[in-house]
Order: sequence, then C-alpha cells, then structure tokens
Amino acid sequence: MHRELIHLTVNGERYEVAVPPQKLLLDVLREDLGLTGAKRGCDDSSCGACTVLVDGLPVLACAAIASCHQEAQITTVEGLAAGGELTPVQVAYGEAGGSQCGFCTPGFMMTIHALLAQNPNPSDAEIREALSSNLCRCTGYMQIYEAIRLAMKRAQQPAEARS
Amino acid sequence: MSTHSIIGKSIPLTDTPGKVTGLGIYANDIAVPGMLFGKILHSPHAHARIVRIDTSKAEAMPEVKAVATGRDTARPYGVLPIGHDENALAFDRARYIGDNIAAVAATSEEAAERAIELIEVEYEVLTAWTDPLVSMNAEKDWIHENRPHNIEKEYKHEFGNLEEGFAQAAFVREERYVAAEINHAAMEPHSTLAVWEPDGRITVHSSTQVPHYLHRTIADVLELPMSQVRVIKPMVGGGFGGKSEVIPLEVITPVLAKKARRPVKITYTREEVFYAHRGRPITIVDLKMGLTREGKISAVAARVIQDGGAFGGYGPVTVLYSGALLGALYDVRNLRFEGRRVLTNKPACGAMRGHGTVNVRFAFESLLDMLARDAQLDPAEVRRRNLLQAPCITVNGLRVTSYGLPECIEKAVERSGWREKNGKLPYGRGIGIACSHYVSGAANPIIRSNMPHTTVNMKIDRDAAVTVFTGASDIGQGSDTIQVQITAEVLGVRPERIKLVAADTELTPVDLGSYSSRVTFMAGNACLEAAKNMREQIFAAVAKKFGCAPEALEARHEEIFVKNDPAQRMPFDEAVVRAIDFHGTLVARGSYAPPEEARGGKFKGAGVGPSPSYSYGAQTAEVSVDPETGEVTIHRVVAAHDCGKALNPVSVDGQVIGSVYMGLGQAMQEQMEWNEGRLMNPSFLDYKIPTTLETPPIESIIVESEDPEGPFGAKEAGEGSLAAAIPAVANAIYDAVGVRITTLPLSREKILAAIREKRKREQAAGGSKKTGGAA
Repeated sequence: MHRELIHLTVNGERYEVAVPPQKLLLDVLREDLGLTGAKRGCDDSSCGACTVLVDGLPVLACAAIASCHQEAQITTVEGLAAGGELTPVQVAYGEAGGSQCGFCTPGFMMTIHALLAQNPNPSDAEIREALSSNLCRCTGYMQIYEAIRLAMKRAQQPAEARS
Repeated sequence: MSTHSIIGKSIPLTDTPGKVTGLGIYANDIAVPGMLFGKILHSPHAHARIVRIDTSKAEAMPEVKAVATGRDTARPYGVLPIGHDENALAFDRARYIGDNIAAVAATSEEAAERAIELIEVEYEVLTAWTDPLVSMNAEKDWIHENRPHNIEKEYKHEFGNLEEGFAQAAFVREERYVAAEINHAAMEPHSTLAVWEPDGRITVHSSTQVPHYLHRTIADVLELPMSQVRVIKPMVGGGFGGKSEVIPLEVITPVLAKKARRPVKITYTREEVFYAHRGRPITIVDLKMGLTREGKISAVAARVIQDGGAFGGYGPVTVLYSGALLGALYDVRNLRFEGRRVLTNKPACGAMRGHGTVNVRFAFESLLDMLARDAQLDPAEVRRRNLLQAPCITVNGLRVTSYGLPECIEKAVERSGWREKNGKLPYGRGIGIACSHYVSGAANPIIRSNMPHTTVNMKIDRDAAVTVFTGASDIGQGSDTIQVQITAEVLGVRPERIKLVAADTELTPVDLGSYSSRVTFMAGNACLEAAKNMREQIFAAVAKKFGCAPEALEARHEEIFVKNDPAQRMPFDEAVVRAIDFHGTLVARGSYAPPEEARGGKFKGAGVGPSPSYSYGAQTAEVSVDPETGEVTIHRVVAAHDCGKALNPVSVDGQVIGSVYMGLGQAMQEQMEWNEGRLMNPSFLDYKIPTTLETPPIESIIVESEDPEGPFGAKEAGEGSLAAAIPAVANAIYDAVGVRITTLPLSREKILAAIREKRKREQAAGGSKKTGGAA
C-alpha cells in the first residue's frame, strides 16, 4: 500500500511516520505511535472515546485524517499528566468515581480539560452540554459531574490551602 | 463510630491512575511482534444450510496466513453443560444473520478484509423463524433438530394455592406486557488476542467477564489439555453480561493462531458487537395478580415467553430467573409461573444486568400500581403491606437472610417528597414508585460440582508487600479494589501495601466470573478468609515475642499491638519478618462456597434463583409529560439500595446510579429493531443509549442491612436497582397523565397515542381529567 511520510506533533513531541495518506489520526496514534489511550468504541463517530485535542479543541480522532494535522499541536490523554503528576481533574475523577470501566475515560478527560481551559467555571448546564459528545455506559454521568465540580472547587482554592 | 479503618471508606478504585492517563491496557491495546489480524465472514441469511465453502482464493493471498471454517471448530460448546449447541464457526448451518461462517488471519486488517471477500459460500436458504410466537409453532426447519418446535426450554412452577389466593382478592387484574430487546452496549467492543507459544501452549488475552469458562471452552474446542491454555483478562471496558459467556471471536482467534502458529488478534466492530449480542430478550409477560381489600397480594400468576435467538446460551437460566425472582421481594404465598424460552433465527440473547428479572419486574410493579389505585391505597403503602418477615424462606425456596426493603421504601419516600407529591401534582406532572431486588451471586454453580465458587491465595515476603492472587474479574465494577480493602482492613495495613494479581488462569485460582453480582460477596468472603488466616500466622509469631495469646493482639495502622497493653507494639514489616522466620514462609488461602441451606428447593429448575443473599431497592421517579407531544422529562430519580454494607460508598453509589441509568435507557429509548432477522440499528447513531442530555439527576441512598453472611455484612450493589427504574417511570407517567404504557420502551409515540385515546373515551363519557384510562 502507498505510504507517505508525515510529521505530527503529539504531546509536545515531534514524530515522523510513513502512513497511507488517508489513515485516520486515531489509527496512527494507536498503531504507529503506540499511544493507545484514545479508544475506538464505535465506527460512526458517535461515542467520543477517541477524543483528542487539536490546537486545544476536542476532535474525534476517528474522524480526522492524520496527514491533515501536521501543523497542529495534538494532545492525547497521555499528555495530560505532564511529568507524571496527575491533573486536578484526573485526581478528582478517582475520588468521585468518574471512572468505572474506564474505557470512555480518555475521551471524557480530553473533553473536560478542553471545557475547563475555555471556561474555568462552567455551570451545571454548561458541563452537561459540553459532555453530551461523549458516551459513558457505566456511571450515569453523575459522578463525572461530581469529579468536575470537585476539581473546580480545588482550582479556586489557593495552592497552600490544598495540601 | 466505625470500628473499621478502610472498610466503609471511599477510596478511589485502585486502577484509576491507568484509566485517567490512558496507560491502562485493554485487550485491543495489546500488540505483540508478528501479530496477525483476524476477520470473520458473517452469514447474510437468517437461516440457511451451508452447501459449500471455497476458501482457495483467500488462501492464495500472500498476506493470508490462516483460514478457518466450521471444520476447525467442530466441537460444539455453550455456557450451560446442558446446552452445547453452538460452534464458533457454523458447522453446516447458518442460524442468524451475522452467524460466523469463516475467518482469516492476515498480516494487516485491510488484507484480512479483502481475503474475507474472496471466500465463496453457497447457501441453501431455509425458513427463517424470527417471530417467537410463530417460531414456537414451527413444524419444519427447526433451528436445532433436537429442539422440536423451536422450544429451548419450558418450565411450570406452582406454589401455594392459586385458586384460593385469587378467591381472597377484592381486586384482580390481568395484563400483557411486552419489552423490546436491548443490548449491553458496553463501551469496549470485544477483543481477543491469542498468542501461540513455540512450545505448543496458547495464551489468550480477552475482554471477558469469565476467564474460567473461556479457559475450559478453548481447551475443549482446540482439544488441548487445560494446562496448555492460559487465559488473561486485561482491563475490561464494561460487560453488563455481554462478556459473561464465550463469544465466538474468543474461540476463532485461538483457532487461527494455532493454524498460523503466530499471534492473532480480532477486535469486533460495533456492528459485530450488536450481532454477537447476548442481551436482554424480547419478553412477553402475561401477568395476573390479586389484591385483598387490605392491600395484600393474594396471588400472582405469570406466563413468560422470551425470544431467545438462535442458541441456548444462558437462556434456560434467564427464563428461570424471570420466575424465581417473582419471590423474595414481597410476601407472595400463592405463585404460579410458566416460562418458555423460544429459539428464533436471530443472534442469541443471554445475560444482561438484572438477568431475567427486569422485564417481569416492569410488569409486576406496573400491575401492582394499578391494583393499589383500585384499592384506593397509596402505592408506597401497598408495598409496605406486602413485606417479608425476614429472615425467612419464600414459597419458592429462596432463603432471605437480610432485608433492607422497608428502610429503602422509607428513605426513598422521604427524600423524594412522596407524601407531598403522590396524587397531588398537577396534570402533566407525576411521581411513581417501584421496588426491585437481585441475587448476590448464584448459590448453585452452572457446572454442578462441590468445588468452591472462588478461591483467593495470598503471600507476604520479606519486603512486607502483600500479594493477593484472585481469579475474580474486575470489569469496571471495582472488585479488585474491594479485595484490596478487605485485605488491608484485616491485616491493618495501608491499601498501597497490597498488590493484586487477578484473573490470569496461570497465576490465580479459579473464580467463576463476574456475573450474577457474585464477586463482592463470594470473592470478598474468600479474601476475608485468606486475610484472617494470614493474620493468624503473623499473630502466632508476634504473640511468642510478646509472651501473650495470639487472640490478645490487634493489627491496625501498620502495627501489631497487644489490645489491652498498647505499649507492646511492633511495626507490620518487623512482624512479617518475624513470622517468616517462625513459619518458614507466609502463604494463606481462603475460599467460598454458598452454604447448603442457601441452595434452594428440589423441583426442576429450583437451582436458579437461590442466592446466599439478596439486595433490595426502592425508587421514585418524578416526571413531566407534555400532553400535546407525549414527550417525557424525568426530573429526578431517587434510588435507595440495600447493599448490606457499603465497603466503598462512592463505588456503591456509582453502581446504583449506573444501574438506574441503564434502566432509564431501556425505559425510554433503547430498542433493537428487527426486520426479518436483520438488525436495523446496529450502531450508536441508531441504537441510542442516553447521553448526558437524556440522563436526569439520579440520587443514590445507601441502606445497610448488614447481611449475616456477607463480607463485613456486604451484598450486591451492581444490578438490583436497575429493574425498579423502569416501572417507577411508567408509574410516574400514569400519575402525570393517567395513561398506562405496557410495552417498552415508553416512547412518546405510544404515550401520545394513549393520551389521545383516553381523551376520546373521556369526551364520549364526559369524564374528568386525571382519572381512569388504566385498562
């Protein structure tokens, strides 16, 4: 099969890979870069488990052609905990029960981080709306909201009060 | 104040870091050197004889390393020993659209797809039986020759005296309820990687809830000794029953790997997941119930028909559950159940969360609501008047050891504002109540034997790290964490000290799997026994040093100390080294089998339903119904659940809320749509599970009845609250607009049609706004 050399910047690292020109970003991440955090949960861009950030905006990696994003900064779930330290949302997720089976979690992580980057203080309705692009079959979403509210609360407290 | 350090605390699930960072490994995340990709050819016909398969063109492709057909999977299997009726690849007959006909392994997924298209199959089409009511009267082309008229199983049970029971009733109603078929829709599509080892062994990584059954089946179909087969369960992205029996790809993949002598991986597409199915069947329930003037249920008669699909699977168990769990919720003395599982040319149904009990509970709680109104009684009060006097044994032989239902009803009533709202809300708004229950594991194993249902091994070495070897399968429900908490509590150490090795048949002892809500109760008890045994060994060594009796010691906060002389203390690390010196090595084990008294009656079919313990739940739903469109808005669901003891409250809340969520999906919107055996909506775009926008606020209330036999009093939390969600909403819709929907889902079209019908009737009769319309 015909392959082309493309360049991708993922989690701040520059990669050079030879892939078929139509190869999906999700498949390049999972198969060529070994970044298996983004998941394939459906085949029609309806579940959100493959969500990554392209220049800070949530994008379904199963509906994006990798070669079209060579100029972009791509962030996957592996790139969130910089230096190994979990983000407040990641920490709160565990405490509030945001993950059960965890298969949807990478997608939710990206959607939530994009939301909070854009709007650090979203209302309940805004959270619900923003998360409607991602399916979770385990939690019924309540504890995901709880995790977000917990992370927001901590972000508003001064750093020294947090420890 | 709690006397526990870690039990009852909401610690995060131990595998959370892997989940939130994307570093946790699920089956489809694994790639190994030389790995091939498998694809399966599926039948386009619902029922056909396979006349000829020609795979030569596929085999000629240089990228293709193995091709398999029914001849390679000739040994039939099935989850129940009485029903080995399926072949991973169809042997001579395709029994549903999507049936597995042939498979290839190739060097790329794309090459495997091309190869599949080169396989030529000649079919002789047979009559397809797709409607259960027609199928059960079939005179020819039976789906399995040894199942005349396509009837998989029939049962008839009768307890007490129905005639007398109905004679005592002041109100008797009879109604037919029909529930649509639904799918588990776990987020992770099934995936299996089979690695053929150079020494002739095979290692299978699979998204399964039941590594032990998979282990047995692979060994059987591949005709290998079990000792040559290793099954590993990586992280699993949800199951809900959809991974609780062997799924065809789990046999096909190792068959291809054995033929190719290379690793092979198959991951289902979402469409294949829908066709692999094993979900909740179309269920037709004819229910008759009598209520005395005082509001006591005097008799219940249920006739249940389930559309099982093309194979037995768990089917006989599913239909038996629908009858058995008519008991053990309320005090029902006169009970008749007739159940029938019918085969059709559709994907096999199977176990799905609330296995067998959910659709019957929808019928029961709906009909009870109608009878309560006939008797002019508060529906919550009617439920209170039919409570069991636990502990007790029900007429159908179920032993109830703990019973938090009264408190569940009370808490749900209180939190929801039931007393202020019931019957008092304006037209268009309503509140409903319903109850449900579920087993904490089946008291009788699928494969009858006296072996323990689960075993846990434990070891501590000189590094004082505690390693727990458990066969239990965490599929997201948190069973690994619960076992860590139990071990940490007993040994008095931090959870971080404990390393759990789980669900790897080479390393961990047998556990029957994650289904029927058995894991916390059974693996929890085994873990508790192992940890206590380990503690005894450590105490024996420490007691020698302190010159006290071992019973005088306590383990807490990483220390062992003398209870009434706390100055005598020793760090856990030191105690461990001392104990290893004393005993030579530190290993312990625990196991669990349900007690004889919990195993139920002796009649045919009595094996299904008995459990060492039952969970209980009561729920209210408050809704608005737009009378002009039939649109339902659920404002709030309050779910009180008796889990015995919440070992990890956040986790229990998550299980209860998740159960309600799944129930609401079935209640409001989920439905597999069939047309002549073809599934019309095999994708998440068309089979819509609730998003955040459709999911109302769900509040969980934990009730703790402290079961005498559960670990620290715990019983199940992950299934029992599902069933009540559906009738709670149906009853709320009735309260809002006075129409009774008896088929699932409770779609707006049905509601609107019922409202219009009711209006017509009322206009004809000159009736009032918010009454009647029940029949």
